[in-house]
Amino acid sequence: MSIIKKFSLGLLISLFLTISANADKIRIGTEGAYPPWNSKDASGKLIGFEVELAWTLCRYIGQQCEIVEQDWDGMIPALIMRKFDAIMAGMSITAERQKAISFSQGYADEVASLAVMKGSDLEGISTSEGINLTKKTGAVKKDLKTLTSALAGKTVCTQTATIHQNFLESGDVGKINVRTYKTQDEVNLDLTSGRCDVALAAAVAFTDYAEKSGKPVVLVGPTFSGGAFGNGVGVGIRKDDTELLKAFNKAIDKARKNGDISRIATKWFGFDASM
Amino acid sequence: MISSFPKLLNATLITLKLLSVSLVVGLILGILFSIMRINKNPIINKFAYGYSYFFRGTPLLVQIFIIYFGLGQLEFIRSSFLWIFLKEPYWCAIIAFSLNTGAYTSEILRSAFETIKPGLIEAGKSLGIQSKIIFFKIQIPIAIRQSLPAYGNEIILMLKGTSLASTVTLMDLTGVAKYIISTTFKPIEVFIVAGGIYLFLTFLIHNLIKFLEKKYSF
Repeated sequence: MSIIKKFSLGLLISLFLTISANADKIRIGTEGAYPPWNSKDASGKLIGFEVELAWTLCRYIGQQCEIVEQDWDGMIPALIMRKFDAIMAGMSITAERQKAISFSQGYADEVASLAVMKGSDLEGISTSEGINLTKKTGAVKKDLKTLTSALAGKTVCTQTATIHQNFLESGDVGKINVRTYKTQDEVNLDLTSGRCDVALAAAVAFTDYAEKSGKPVVLVGPTFSGGAFGNGVGVGIRKDDTELLKAFNKAIDKARKNGDISRIATKWFGFDASM
Repeated sequence: MISSFPKLLNATLITLKLLSVSLVVGLILGILFSIMRINKNPIINKFAYGYSYFFRGTPLLVQIFIIYFGLGQLEFIRSSFLWIFLKEPYWCAIIAFSLNTGAYTSEILRSAFETIKPGLIEAGKSLGIQSKIIFFKIQIPIAIRQSLPAYGNEIILMLKGTSLASTVTLMDLTGVAKYIISTTFKPIEVFIVAGGIYLFLTFLIHNLIKFLEKKYSF
């Protein structure tokens, strides 16, 4: 056998082996840049609430898993194109996303909040502690009005393709100057530098950043939930993958019952964000 | 899909604006630095060499990030007048693109200067023409003509380089394409349209340079 033949045969065999090794593995896509939901440690290893939860769910499903990294703005297209089989990336369940993919039941709840640098004139705005946009009661409307006038003329920064961007562009707080970034890290950097007057993300994303960087980032205004903010965070799965959806739903039930979700959430968030 | 087309065309205007402003500034920088490169004073030509070495030796993406995210973290920059420009993503992109294309342009022009046959300059001198006039009337026109094909290439590279503006929140053609994808989840269709617009722009630039080459051929 010539060298070329041997080489190509070897290549073919190794290709076959990788395919068959991957065949029964569930590949889970995550961003790795949204602490404490999912991020990377200094050595580049994926860590965070969802990474740990993913391993737990896989144990309950009884199948091997592999966690794959994917940029946030290409997350849903990558799932549809079968680069992986499930999304666990702090992705809230929204009607808009449900047009493209299915979601498992929610496993954690995320409240969003605005954040500014200490000393900003927005620090003084007085609203209720939290508003739920699903029911626009008089109190909610009043808070949105307060926010509309407080945010007028300000540069509001947020990560691209998120529920936070959807909310800012929904008109609920008027027409404002929204600037979008590829990652939350970049939002944090520009909030610190002063290019952003105010930023919107999961409240824990800011408190985590403030704690780790020592920068005086403070939360202002109400916490947001419901409406554009969706109904909790769930596992995103392709629409035709009903078997996998069932498996994840069952695994989440078990993990919730055994207290795994609460335990892991408390470990990463400092409070029980499970649902 | 069709509804996203006007949005992409609008974004193309931003791409063209970024391209044209940085090409003009870059050309001025390029001419200045290429003249410094052929200067005999070692300090002047080493400085110009260092500039072109740095900007040709590092990725454009890294340069944008240093200017946008890097400088923004420094307190003394934020409190200086520079912050008026550096605060805006638009100016950060323009600064990065201009410095980058300026470095390449200076190299293109330098090599063009070096290909001018000494006989032409000597002929000028033997006719008693001042060396300043020789420089402006003989060296510069020949150098510009010689560098046209390479410079056309640089314009096309720069056109594609402007897509990096989307990494610093600017909504150029690539930025808007990505935004549309993030709401429609249809990457292939949108990227094909965006790619088609880039191809069309390249086609225009290519033909413009070809026209200029013909016009100034000798």
